[in-house]
Amino acid sequence: MQALLDEFPVILNAFWLTIRLTLASGAAALVLGTILAAMRVSPLPVLRGIGTAYVNILRNTPLTLVIVFCGLGLGLVLDVSFSTSLSTNYLWLSIIGLSAYTAAFVCEAIRSGINTVPVGQAEAARAIGLTFSQNLRLIVLPQALRAVVAPLGSILIALTKNTTIAAAIGVTEASLTMKTLFEAHGDAVVPIFFGFALGFLVLTLPTGLLFTWLSRRLAVVR
Amino acid sequence: MRVKRAGTVLVAVAAMVAGLTACGGGSGGGKFVVGIKFDQPGLGQKQPDGSFKGFDVDVARYVAKELGYQDNQIEFKEAISANREPFIQQGQVNIVAATYSITDDRKKKISFAGPYLITGQDVLTRADDTTINGEEDLRNKKVCGAQGSSSPKRLVDKFGEAWKSQYLIEQQGYGACLPLLENKQVDAISTDATILAGFATQSPGKFRLVGKPFSEEKYGIGLKLDDKDTREKINKALEKMFADGSWKKAVDANFGEFGKFFTTPPAIERY
Amino acid sequence: MSTRSTDILYDAPGPRARARNTVLTVVVVVVALLAAYTMVAKLGEKNQLDPALWTPFLRGDVWINLIVPGLLNTLSAALVASLIAVPFGFVLGIGRLSDHALIRVPAGVVVEFFRAIPLLIMIFAVMYGGSAVFGLTVTPFAAVVVGLVLYNGSVLAEIVRAGIQAVPRGQSEAAYAVGLRKGQVMRMILLPQAVTAMMPAIVSQLVVLLKDTALGFIVSFEDLLNAGARVLPSNFNNLIPSVIVIAVVYIIINLVVGAVATWLERRSRRSRKTTATPVEPPGAIVVAGTTPGVSAVD
Repeated sequence: MQALLDEFPVILNAFWLTIRLTLASGAAALVLGTILAAMRVSPLPVLRGIGTAYVNILRNTPLTLVIVFCGLGLGLVLDVSFSTSLSTNYLWLSIIGLSAYTAAFVCEAIRSGINTVPVGQAEAARAIGLTFSQNLRLIVLPQALRAVVAPLGSILIALTKNTTIAAAIGVTEASLTMKTLFEAHGDAVVPIFFGFALGFLVLTLPTGLLFTWLSRRLAVVR
Repeated sequence: MRVKRAGTVLVAVAAMVAGLTACGGGSGGGKFVVGIKFDQPGLGQKQPDGSFKGFDVDVARYVAKELGYQDNQIEFKEAISANREPFIQQGQVNIVAATYSITDDRKKKISFAGPYLITGQDVLTRADDTTINGEEDLRNKKVCGAQGSSSPKRLVDKFGEAWKSQYLIEQQGYGACLPLLENKQVDAISTDATILAGFATQSPGKFRLVGKPFSEEKYGIGLKLDDKDTREKINKALEKMFADGSWKKAVDANFGEFGKFFTTPPAIERY
Repeated sequence: MSTRSTDILYDAPGPRARARNTVLTVVVVVVALLAAYTMVAKLGEKNQLDPALWTPFLRGDVWINLIVPGLLNTLSAALVASLIAVPFGFVLGIGRLSDHALIRVPAGVVVEFFRAIPLLIMIFAVMYGGSAVFGLTVTPFAAVVVGLVLYNGSVLAEIVRAGIQAVPRGQSEAAYAVGLRKGQVMRMILLPQAVTAMMPAIVSQLVVLLKDTALGFIVSFEDLLNAGARVLPSNFNNLIPSVIVIAVVYIIINLVVGAVATWLERRSRRSRKTTATPVEPPGAIVVAGTTPGVSAVD
């Protein structure tokens, strides 16, 4: 227990990194996922094909592999460099991996949301002469997004937990910090584990409640 | 129904616990399990033909034979740096010969036989990079290390936490550092000269070993804490290996041109 | 199969729209090819297309001795974890529906706890804590399996609960009316129908489980990813090529297992053995006409 108190600032720092990873990857995944969803419902078969291929490849690849590839491969292939500081650089590379992976799920969530919008809405939009992009932007997406608030919440919770996998390329977020603390305090493994477990409960449970509340508030009344 | 349900839970739990211990491997059954590295050319490496090759492997084989095990009784198991102490403490392996430096901290958890090789922390850079010629030059260079290895820790102790976040990246094993060095994501890999020599031998002309060790690493064979009997047997086996020329042969076979750094076998330390 | 989402957002193209679509298609194809070319050229520039880095994958011994053993470890971890996680999930799921708070509450706590914390944290805790606290011998294999069982068992518990709840009330009411006891209702009426309804969800969760075995890489479980990211590169210095090849292997396996899930779902949709509608895994995103593979978020 003493170990937990002594290391409290370290633990807090680790969770702050977890939160930043989650928020940054979440925002990027939302944008990329929406673009992918738009591609998958577009009139152009090639765009649909690219979107489908992307989603199927990323969804079926283990996230650990995606992150290892981003950490070791991406920097190498694309000369990606965000910062002169190595740890910041790897933080960004892991954000790329997390958001690329999560975007596939966001895309599918939004597509399922598009399916909940009654056919009449899109038909009426076409009847008054809206083009595909106007139809999507003004009529369908606003309703679809409101319908998928709850699934997006599940995705955000999954993402929060998935940020731990950034440990694979040495990002010192919560899980890697926990492992380091295990090594430093071999006699306090149990309190340290429950400390970190509690940290994740504090992050994920309120997120779940918030999104349930939001999804009710924002639901489209039909 | 309630009793039955509780029974099911018990069975499930029992099955899990059984699974836990059954997967133990460990000693007994005539097997001699050796923890080695799988990804360290020159020291311990899994080959495409399924066999294992390296200096650690040769030493472990020799020791096992002296302890009375046949080649087919030896089982090699991957022990990444972070797993070495737990594997020994839990009895998942009989011995560890995996670039395992003898340190006072580790001596509190496990025992060491040996040393069987003395090396030092050194620096590997790109062949065309002339700016790095020793430890001090790493102060403003990007360095790659392995999680759970003692080499990055030494640099952090020397250069401080700020250096750590700016200049150090820790990967899952030194093999993962190599492409980063090759493509200028990092400027150096710093760890034992033996490990670096293994990589340098593998890609001739690409990398340069600085060759100025700034620490002394004594590779020992890790075994259970206070298993004095086995420790003495292993020490005797090592002394025999040093004396009959097998040690030198193993050095030449595994380190090639870098064999010149390791000419004389070390003295066994009986503590 | 044409899904409705792809054809209601725009009119059937007329001559002008068709011409415009053709132009846009050409533009997209050109941009995509350019992007692909740039990637490949970059790879070439960094000597990653050197045949020496790729030819190992044409060698039988590389597959037989390095990749296949890793693949078998991945599959056996997934199989063992599934075999334990499914009964574990049933026990917890049924426990959560118990009339007795003494069973319901602990089952609920266990399910919610293990669903809320990351799998990697669990694996670390089992791997490095198991011996420190219980003096147990924990191999990387055991750590991965226990972690997968606790997490996926808890998710499966939610699927089981949803499956049982998806059986219409009238079924159990009728069963009670003919004089069956609680245990009999569960065993003879609810479970048989629920199992059919939740089969596809269970199988898709097992695909997620299979994919998650890759976390074992971080604790040096000698799995497929370990073969691709540690062992192969140490022999051939070909990290990028081998990670790409290993990714393809993972994708193929997941698509195959995912196809089984889709087939089961079709079958259970048609099935008359159940009055329940098929359930989806918690957090699953199911779109009509989607290709098989992983659907649950994780």
